[in-house]
Amino acid sequence: MAAEDQFFHSVTLDSQKCMGCTNCIKRCPTEAIRVREGKACIISQRCIDCGECIRVCPHHAKKAQYDHMEALKSFSYTVALPAPALYGQFNHLNDMDIVLTGLKRIGFDHVFEVSRAAELVSEATRLLMKEGKLELPVISSACPAVVRLIRVRFPDLCSHVLPLASPMETAARIARQEAMERTGLPGEKIGIFFITPCPAKVTDIRAPLDFACSQVDGAIAISEIFPKLTDAMEHLEATEPLQHSGVIGVGWASSGGESAALLNEKYLAADGVENVIRVLEELEDDRIRELEFIELNACAGGCVGGVLCVENAYVAKARLQRLRRYLPVSRNHLQKGKEEVPYWEKDLEYQPVLKLSSDRGEALRMMGEIDRITCLFPGLDCGSCGAPSCRALAEDVVRGEARESDCIFVLKEEIRSMASALGSIGGFVPETMRKEWEKTESSGKGEPE
Amino acid sequence: MSALTFRYEVPGDDFTRAGEASSDVKRKLKQLGYSPEAVRKVAIAMYEGEINMVIHAGGGEAVVEMDPEEIRVTLRDQGPGIPDVEKAMQKGWSTAPDTVRNLGFGAGMGLPNIKKYTDELRIETEVGVGTTLYMKVFA
Repeated sequence: MAAEDQFFHSVTLDSQKCMGCTNCIKRCPTEAIRVREGKACIISQRCIDCGECIRVCPHHAKKAQYDHMEALKSFSYTVALPAPALYGQFNHLNDMDIVLTGLKRIGFDHVFEVSRAAELVSEATRLLMKEGKLELPVISSACPAVVRLIRVRFPDLCSHVLPLASPMETAARIARQEAMERTGLPGEKIGIFFITPCPAKVTDIRAPLDFACSQVDGAIAISEIFPKLTDAMEHLEATEPLQHSGVIGVGWASSGGESAALLNEKYLAADGVENVIRVLEELEDDRIRELEFIELNACAGGCVGGVLCVENAYVAKARLQRLRRYLPVSRNHLQKGKEEVPYWEKDLEYQPVLKLSSDRGEALRMMGEIDRITCLFPGLDCGSCGAPSCRALAEDVVRGEARESDCIFVLKEEIRSMASALGSIGGFVPETMRKEWEKTESSGKGEPE
Repeated sequence: MSALTFRYEVPGDDFTRAGEASSDVKRKLKQLGYSPEAVRKVAIAMYEGEINMVIHAGGGEAVVEMDPEEIRVTLRDQGPGIPDVEKAMQKGWSTAPDTVRNLGFGAGMGLPNIKKYTDELRIETEVGVGTTLYMKVFA
């Protein structure tokens, strides 16, 4: 079981490939990237592992860290937990058992669909909402990037986040328990691996916010296993009946799936990190009053849009719609007396990483400075200084992490005034050295001869 | 004592821009480290006030002063004024036209919400001259 490492981030930089361009700094929703000495640097406390920088980097210098198939060797028995988005990655697939059997062929001893646990989470959420035990509107906690975004930017909304284990965590608990019963092995000999569509889930396993430690032992990217898995799927002689989730569980793969599972029409589902931020801003201002559930996914399209998926999000979504058409509504139900979907062990706590100073007087002084300095910049938000906007550069200057002359326009202005000062000094000649024509020119009385 | 003053112009008749000033104030307050409760109170009260200025007064001006102890928001317009402040303070009482209500605004919660979310509220209004709201939220 993964130990907590609160500084871990799945999203990292390959500095060899980084050209120091400004594509990633402009797209980061928490302004967590600066270009320093020609390379992008990620400000660790601000990063929410959404993967936008991976998506946008033209040089593929941003990458996600995840586990590889070799990690399976550390365990006596392994279980794959495929995210439902995995089913949408394959052309002409008409039977999800082919994917699940394929996972067993490439090295896993068993599989447990995350979509099964998703159905349990949906049922547990429905119950809690019915009992009135949650602060309305409830915000989904399934997307770890969204939870981390709320934690650093939306203090008031922390208490609205659904405090239930995610489908992945729930699946890991059940899968481990079942594997222990099936094999007689102790829990630590069993390796539980999530087949992940995104880096945020990798971070959620290595540095969970909700539990002291994750029950998932590792995460392997969909893109990493894709070639091996498709090959195995093509050479299957028979499939095993492993698929055991319904429309509801598989539906979680794309935006709107989780909320549809609540069987309550008072919801909205927003996807794509900019749209998510817009909704959170309005929620914070109490402008969205008539809704009871808010489903938010940092990736456009939902988990099928994760940066570690191989297929276009919308194609994957269309395939999933077709695949789940003939499934029962739900095939997994909570059993009485069992706590299959545990509550979070820790409350979500606001992390004011953008705060200027813990002394308010000092913070006010700094903000005054930021406003003053921002006015010195041209307001083009060009990014040439390495900060995402003129205001961000002003903040960096006031925090002591950058200089005003990092702005090429300020620098050019300084050079221009230096040049004109040099020019006027250069034009000045002491009286003793002056020639006759210079005197006439400087007095403006006529042309030199 | 350090204090900061920010001025915003609230455009009239443009719902797409209503809330820009309160959003900016909210971002600043968070950065300044004010408590989440204080930020929320200012953001909601100021947003409601901004919307009121758009609906009823054709826009106006917002001045926000922040110091370590409190946040003061002054919303000033040259609109029609409020003939009966007591009535306007009642929940659900609204003079907003149907066109505005169809957009989801004008439910008669503006002033009551402002009252609810501020620690001090003073209204100066004169029919035909305009309205000024003085709000205060303790840090």
